[in-house]
Formats: sequence, C-alpha cells, structure tokens
Amino acid sequence: MNMASTNMPAFSVPVAHAGVSMAGLSEKVSIRNLDFFYGDSRALKSINLALYANKTTAFIGPSGCGKSTLLRVLNRMYDLYPGQRATGEVMFDGENLLDPKVDINLLRARIGMVFQKPTPFPMSIYENIAFGIRLYERLPRAEIDARVESALRRAALWDEVKDKLDASGLGLSGGQQQRLCIARTVAVKPEVILFDEPCSALDPISTAKIEELIDELKQDYTIVIVTHNMQQAARVSDFTTFMYLGELVEFGVTEKIFTAPGDKRTQAYITGRFG
Amino acid sequence: MAEIRKNALYARRRMRDSMATSLAYAATLFGLGWLVLILAVLLFHGFGGLSLSVFTENTPPPGSDGGLLNAIVGSIVMTVLAIVIGTPIGILAGTYLAEYGRHDKLASVVRFINDILLSAPSIVIGLFIYEVMVAPMGHFSGYAGAVALAVIVIPVVVRTTEDMLRLVPDTLREAAASIGLPRSHMIVRIAYRAARAGIVTGILLAIARISGETAPLLFTALNNQFWSVNMNAPMPSLPVVIFQFALSPYEEWQSLAWTGALLITVTVLALSIIARSLTARKS
Amino acid sequence: MSEVALNGTTATTSAALSRASALNRLRLSDVVFRELTRVAIFAVLALLSGVILALIIGSVPALSAFGLSFVTTEVWNPVTEKFGALAPIYGTLVTSAIAMVIAVPVGLMVAFFLTQLCPLWLRRPIAIAIELLAGIPSIIYGIWGLFVFAPFLQKHIQPFLIDTFDGVPGLQDVFAGPPYGIGVLTAGFILAIMVLPFITAISRDVFDAVPPVLKEAAYGLGCTRWEVFKHVVLPFTRVGVIGGVMLGLGRALGETMAVTFVIGNAHTVSASILAPGTTISASIANEFTEAVGDLYTSSLIALGLILFVITFIVLAIARYMLLRLQQQGR
Repeated sequence: MNMASTNMPAFSVPVAHAGVSMAGLSEKVSIRNLDFFYGDSRALKSINLALYANKTTAFIGPSGCGKSTLLRVLNRMYDLYPGQRATGEVMFDGENLLDPKVDINLLRARIGMVFQKPTPFPMSIYENIAFGIRLYERLPRAEIDARVESALRRAALWDEVKDKLDASGLGLSGGQQQRLCIARTVAVKPEVILFDEPCSALDPISTAKIEELIDELKQDYTIVIVTHNMQQAARVSDFTTFMYLGELVEFGVTEKIFTAPGDKRTQAYITGRFG
Repeated sequence: MAEIRKNALYARRRMRDSMATSLAYAATLFGLGWLVLILAVLLFHGFGGLSLSVFTENTPPPGSDGGLLNAIVGSIVMTVLAIVIGTPIGILAGTYLAEYGRHDKLASVVRFINDILLSAPSIVIGLFIYEVMVAPMGHFSGYAGAVALAVIVIPVVVRTTEDMLRLVPDTLREAAASIGLPRSHMIVRIAYRAARAGIVTGILLAIARISGETAPLLFTALNNQFWSVNMNAPMPSLPVVIFQFALSPYEEWQSLAWTGALLITVTVLALSIIARSLTARKS
Repeated sequence: MSEVALNGTTATTSAALSRASALNRLRLSDVVFRELTRVAIFAVLALLSGVILALIIGSVPALSAFGLSFVTTEVWNPVTEKFGALAPIYGTLVTSAIAMVIAVPVGLMVAFFLTQLCPLWLRRPIAIAIELLAGIPSIIYGIWGLFVFAPFLQKHIQPFLIDTFDGVPGLQDVFAGPPYGIGVLTAGFILAIMVLPFITAISRDVFDAVPPVLKEAAYGLGCTRWEVFKHVVLPFTRVGVIGGVMLGLGRALGETMAVTFVIGNAHTVSASILAPGTTISASIANEFTEAVGDLYTSSLIALGLILFVITFIVLAIARYMLLRLQQQGR
C-alpha cells in the first residue's frame, strides 16, 4: 500500500502553505490545471491541488461550487455519463489518472468512495463486503470470513451485526448502512477513500460515529471528504479547500482556514454570510 | 498494489465483461433484425400487389383478381363503432380511478381487473361475445364484431386516461377548487384539458391495437365476401380476410393477403408514431 | 363555500336566489358525473365477470360429459364426439416455454445494452424501434412466419438440428424429423419474437429505476459494467423483471393468430418439437366456426376457459410482482 512513500520528504509543497510545518508530508494525489466540463459548461477552472498521504482533506463551499465534481474526478466516476469530461492532470502514484489508458476498474479499487446516501447492495450484510473482496482476490472461505470481520470491526459495525450477517443489508438503520458501506470500501483495500457528504442523511449520533471512524481511518488511508457542514470540516480534516464557482479559492491547514482565512470570500463563507 | 491486482482473476473478470458486452450487442442486433426483416418482406410482397383496384374492388372469388374494398370498409366501420362504444366508458372509468377513487378498495380492485383485461387473450373475448351476442341473435354480425373490439378498447383507454390524469398536478385541482369550481367541472374543464394529448394518445393506441385484431372477429363478425355495410349481418374485415386468403392455395388471394398485411402494418405503425409524437411534444 | 363567495352584506335577495339555483345545478351535475364514472367502473367489473361466467356456462356441457378426463386425454374426434384437451394444453405450454427460453435472455441482454452500454443518442431510436416491434399486429407475424420463416427453418435449420442430435439420447426424440417447417418449434420461435419487445421494454423501465448512486457505489468498488448489472441491477429489480417476464408469458400463452398460421393444427402430443401440434387458441381459431354440435362447441369454449384461467393466474402474478416493485421504490 505504498507505505514507503509516506516517509519520503515533501518535495512540492506550495508556497502558499508556508508558515505551517509541511515536513513529513508526501503528495498522494497531485491535481494540476484541472478543468471539467458538463457538455459545454465549464464546472471546474484550472484546479491545482495536492492531497497528502494519510491526511484528511475537506472540500467546502456553497452548493454548485464544484466540490462534488472535483471528488468525482478523482475516481473518474464521471466516465459513466456521456458529455462529461476532464482535462489537465491528476497524478496518482506517478500516473495521470485522467489518461484514457488507465484501467478505471483497478483505479476505482484503489480509490474507494462512500456516498451521500448509504448504498448497501441488495444482498446480505456478509455478501455486501465479501462481494468486493472476491472481485480481486480468490480466497478460501475462512480467509474471506476473517476479512469481512476485520472490515466490519474497522467500520465499528461488527458488534451490531455479527449475529445477523446473513440478513439483508437493507434492513439496517441509516447510520449502520453507511458504516456497512465504509466497511465495504475498506475491505477492497484502497489507498484513498473519497467521502461525498457521508453524513448528510444521518442523525447526529450516527454522524458522530462516522466522524470518529474517519479520524481513525486516516492512519492507513488518504482521505478526502466533501461536506456542507463546516463544523464537520473543522472537526475531521487536516487540510481544507474552499471552492467557489468552480474555482479553488483557498487551500490550507484547516485551523488556519477557519481562524485566519486569506481570502475575503472564504471568510464570508465560513462566517455564514453566504452558502 | 496495482500490480498485485492485475492478476488472473482480474483478467477473467475483464474477459467475462467483454463477453457479456458482445452478447448484449448481438442480442440487440438480433432483436432489431426481426423488425427490419419483417418490414422488408412486407414491403417486398405487399407493394407488388398494391394498385388502385385494391381500394376500388371487392374481395374476389377464388382464382380471380379483385381488391379489398369491402374488407377495408368493414374494418373501418367496426373500428369506428368500437371506439364510439369503448372510449366514453373507458374515459369515465379512468376518471373514477384517477379522480374519485385514488385510494379506495374498489378502485384498486378495478385497476387490477382492468390490467387483466388489458392482456387477456383476445380470442377469449371473441368467445365471450359469441356467447352473449351471436348465439342469442342466431347469426354473426358486424355489431358483434364491433362490441368485441370495444371490449379490447376499454381497458386501453381506462389505463391511459388514469395515467394521464395522474400527471395533472394537484395544485391545478386545488386552484380550481379554490375558485369554487365543483369537482366534476374541475375534471371536465381543467383536468381533461390538461391531459388531452395523453388521452388522445390512448385512443390512437387503442385504434392501432384493434385495427390488427383478428381473433375476436373470427366468430363474431365472421366474414363476408361481398360488399356489406349492414351491421346486422356478417361483415368482412381486413385481418380476417388476410387470415382466410393467406391460408388459401390461390396465388391471387395470397397476394391480396400480403397487400392487406402491408396496409394494416402501415396504419398501425403510423398511428403509434403519431400517438407517440403527441405525448412527446408535451413532455 | 357560498358564504365566502357572497362577499359581504350587499348581495340582494335576487342575486342570492340565482346564485343558489346555480349552485344547485352545479351540485346536481356533480353528482350525475360522479355516478356516471361509477357506472363505468362497474361496467369494467361486469366485463371480466361476464367473460368468466360466459366461459363457465358455455363449457358446462363438455365438462360434465368428460369430467376430469377432458384435460387428461389426447383424443380430439369431432366424428365420435370424443374430446380431450391434452394436446392443445401441452402445445400451449411447450410453445410458450420455447418462447420464454429464447426471449427472456435476449430481452434482458437488450435491456442491459439499452441501459448500460448504449450511447445516449442511440437509446431513443432503439427504444422506439422495439416498441414498434411490439405494435405490429400478430397476424403479420403469422403470415410472415408461414411464408418466410417456416420455409427457411425447413430448408436450413431443421435438417441441421435433426442431423446434429441424431443419436444423442433424449435429444434425438426432441428433434426428431421430418422437417415440416411449420410446427411447435416454429410457433415458439415466432412467439419469442413477439414477446421480446414486451420483456425488453419492461426490463428497461425497471433497470432505469435503479438509483444511480447504487450503481455508482458498485462502480466505485471497481466493478465492470457486467458485474454492476449482474450483482446490483438485476438483484435490485428482480421482482420487476419477474413481473415483466410473466407479462410476456401471459401474451405468449394467449397469442392466437401468429401461432395458428405456423403450428400445423394437429391434435397430437409429440415428443419432437419439430412436429406439428396445436395450442388452445389455435384450436379455437381454426375450428370454432366449423364446429357442429353442442358438444364440439362446448369443448372449444372449455378450452377457452382453461386458457383464461392459466393466463389469469400468470397475469395476476405479473401484476402483483410489478406492484411490489413500485411499493419498494417508494
């Protein structure tokens, strides 16, 4: 899982982030001059951004600012829809993932995604997780069982479902379903996990659990989270990106963005004057 | 990690995907191929026999030339009567389902029964009309044929009327009620008007459906080799003539059957395309 | 409602009176209209009960004469007035089974193509073409099957089938010659072409109803398009697909004209699907007007009753399944 790269020295930290210690960081994903189009309309404008390994980066901004679009570029989910295209570079382990030659199935296995609404597949809890494992590995049943258990433990769901693994995933509560989806994503052993407003359909208690989980997952994965909720961004992320009208306005250490934003628009947004 | 995953298992998955994809392409070509094939054969055989006499002469006796005039007229007369009988009943019943009985038990029973009627074998409808009309009257008749077709029209119109009225937004109903318009007037003046294109589409589709129906006419209207617009007597129709002529050993008859088949198909396809474009423009 | 409309106290008595009579008129037409729609509803109810009653009454002579043996014997002899429905029932079931074996996988694959693979601009034209295929009257399929398809099968396909399976235990009886062209297989194949558009159209509709985010979640794991279809779309829509298949089956069971042309109208139960046979609807269509004698007529009506009962059950299951999918979607 490219753990080695984590310890490499930082080599291209943008100047704008000076003042905060960037030592010990490595870029997992580097976005350069990224533009995105829905048909003729340009939804992302020359985005330049680095996502650091084993850190959580939050995308914030008002509705329609392009934060979800940016997220969906990272695993090329937009490929499913004709008329949507991206130009520029998104380097991921030395490979431009926008390159048409990139195998998107393998890419998506390496960059997992958790959606706004819980998306359990129409199968049992066990199968929801084993399904993803079996896509890439042929393992004996016992080993799959172990992997399913560890994924469920990882997602803090094991104790709640261990006695009903054969029950349908659709029968769980919303928060449990979302943790099931996280477990499913983790089971495939990705390197990056994308969260697209993962708590917006959940109650506060489930939200707290998911946030706790994201914080733990950071040890092993690079995490990107899109959120509408600024407290959430402040709580879970190390870096925050503020976007507005398809542009990246400001990127920096979360604490700095929320206490001393460099741009007037950022300040207006985080103080609730629009959005 | 990426290299580990590019294993034999993944290669097999990729292969399965491309196999399924090719199968899907093949299935689509297979499915659409029939349409092309059927239309091509129909045009080839049908156009050969197409001439003015098809529309000016009656069906001939075996072994001689003639046309399809009496059959075409018989079909039109029975279709019109079937629509005249079936449409009002269908629209009213559809109105009840969409406006008055949205949630009551009776409506859901009727909705279910209507769906059954919608796909019931049409030959059974023919048997039914034979028993309630032909047998008591003692003879086959154009009336019986028209009623049999009307029984097929009703469920089609009920279904489309209900569906189309349900598309009318409730805010429009509330607005009508708020100016003191009684329910029936709201339905007739506002809802029908808003759903007009859809209801007309339903009627056109019903016409398309019955203009090719053969089975319910076989033992209701029967057939008539001669010119007849007497609804109280056996009446010829295009589909039944096609059936009879196609299965005959006479070449002239077979050729007329192909021409009749072409006429029916063109009519049905034209009706469904018009019907579709009516609703397409609305949405 | 009238108090609101009166708007204050300035209304004169005459105005109030005319308003009252207008309201009465409106109320009357309201009641009349509502009752009319109720009458129409009962007309629909009466239709179905009428069909059932007429069929039952009509088949009483035959059923009382033959009892249960009506459905278990193969004899169909108008001269001796011995009638058994086994051959048409068998033919109906076998032709429909052949139709479904062909049409279900093909229909599902076409729907897979339309919803997952097809470029956007091509989706509408193909969808329309498939709906046109559904609109072509069955007599057209019949005449086409008789003059074009059956000779083709006779010349090219059936000899091949007979040769290929000759000597294969079991299968050699199923594909036993001679190649007539017309027969059970031909009828089943024509039926398959006829029900294909129904299965495709309904499957496409239910596949389209799968929430995009669910599909994205599967793609997000790295699934291929086929895997998304097989593991997510199909299980999610299973109930609706079964409903659509049952609806197609209902059509196939009751289809008359297309089958009548190509089945051969032989009242025999034959192991070979290349042999001529008959179906319930084809028997009725071919023989009803020529049937002399009450028992003959009644036997044909009894056939109609059996057909209606079978299709009723199949269609009821179809509707129930589709209804369940709708509720699940809510």
